[in-house]
Amino acid sequence: MNYLASIGSYALMIVEIFRKPTKWPIMRSLILKEIDELIYGSMGIIIFISFFIGGVVAIQTALNISNPLIPKNLIGFATRQSVILEFAPTFTSIIMAGKVGSYITSSIGTMRVTEQIDALEVMGVNSLNYLVFPKIIAMLLYPFVVAIAMYIGILGGWIAGVFGGFSSSADFVEGLQLDFTPFHVTYSFVKSIVFAFVIATVPSFHGYYMKGGALEVGKAATVSFVWTSVVIIVMNYILTQLLLG
Amino acid sequence: MIEVDNLKKSFSGVEVLKGITTCFDKGKTNLIIGQSGSGKTVFMKCLLGLITPNEGTICYNGKVYSELSPAEQRDLRQEMGMVFQGSALFDSMTVAQNVMFPLDMFTKQSQSEMMDRVDFVLERVNLIDAHNKYPAEISGGMQKRVAIARAIVMNPKYLFCDEPNSGLDPKTAILIDNLIQEITREYDITTVINTHDMNSVMEIGEKIVFLKDGYKAWEGTNKDIFKTDNEAVTNFVYSSELFKKVRQMYLEERN
Repeated sequence: MNYLASIGSYALMIVEIFRKPTKWPIMRSLILKEIDELIYGSMGIIIFISFFIGGVVAIQTALNISNPLIPKNLIGFATRQSVILEFAPTFTSIIMAGKVGSYITSSIGTMRVTEQIDALEVMGVNSLNYLVFPKIIAMLLYPFVVAIAMYIGILGGWIAGVFGGFSSSADFVEGLQLDFTPFHVTYSFVKSIVFAFVIATVPSFHGYYMKGGALEVGKAATVSFVWTSVVIIVMNYILTQLLLG
Repeated sequence: MIEVDNLKKSFSGVEVLKGITTCFDKGKTNLIIGQSGSGKTVFMKCLLGLITPNEGTICYNGKVYSELSPAEQRDLRQEMGMVFQGSALFDSMTVAQNVMFPLDMFTKQSQSEMMDRVDFVLERVNLIDAHNKYPAEISGGMQKRVAIARAIVMNPKYLFCDEPNSGLDPKTAILIDNLIQEITREYDITTVINTHDMNSVMEIGEKIVFLKDGYKAWEGTNKDIFKTDNEAVTNFVYSSELFKKVRQMYLEERN
């Protein structure tokens, strides 16, 4: 019953976010601030993780090719498919659920604990629109982050494959171009848009409706990470079934 | 003036407010006192429109809150200023930005007009030098004064203060009390203060409503509170030896 009540509250929250909008000049500055915090601020960790994940995928694929009949271009092919289909959109989103999600929950949760949200409500401000809407709009830029993660992941795979002596550059590039389906990139971007909405709203829900003090803010951030990850994994399955199944 | 009639509120079957009827006068500092758990905070949140009561009405200058449309309720809320217990200043904004926030949100004033108004209210609370400081860089007493400045910047008709003296030293607490009383008289607003502080009760309690277990157990002024023989009030207000002696001296002097 509690889960059903939470899903209902989440749906009502989503409706409320889009009602009674904040003045545009104020909203514009809030959106730019959130782009800086959520997108630009996450670039470093995303680039770092994507580079090494791409490298690891290339090395593991190379080490598992023992049959001389399997062409070496499989390393590039496997790296491209793994990075574009799963690692860039889904793995990056789980990282973002931890980094950005816990920031969102703790910042909104702290505002709840210190009565700043009550202060907004008393003034007649739609606090959900003021706090959550700019995060949703900022996260619309998330597919660009995923695109960068794809590029860096494949670059990492190429560097690990070529400089590690597992493949020649020509074989790797041939593998990258082999049987390329552009729809896989579209599929990846569709997933990233859905995950962006989840990363912006599920942690906001946990922060906004939390009760208690400073300790509960920490607990809410942990619970929010778990639920954001669960929702991302479930949505990943549903979208894969719908788009590729 | 705020008129409250038979206000009731329960949470999960537990009745917190059990039919409160009272009125808060314009141009006066009205105090709500009572033990922890007596329903003061819920009562104030009902007055602010943050909690919807189960029964009863709250009337602001003749307008019944529950009968207003959502847009009218929002307009009415813009006539309210609130000083929260923990000040509730926005951490990411400077003192000036905090005070300017309601103006920025709800008026079409130019930047210079808003700055003039911010300067005026900050000067009124003696904080003109704190303009560019962040809430974390100023003391608790200063934060309370910024909260008061933010609450009055829109020229409210109603000012609500939730335990404005909590966590402050006695001298700063008196300063805050006097500031609230001066502002109430100066702008002729209806001020409602939720407090535990007996100094505030004695100093600025022009009207006092005493709550006990969700009921209004007593109401009167700070003069009446010395004379009352209401057991619930005397047990609460004169629980300390100091106040017992003060009361005794007052009554002896009177006789």
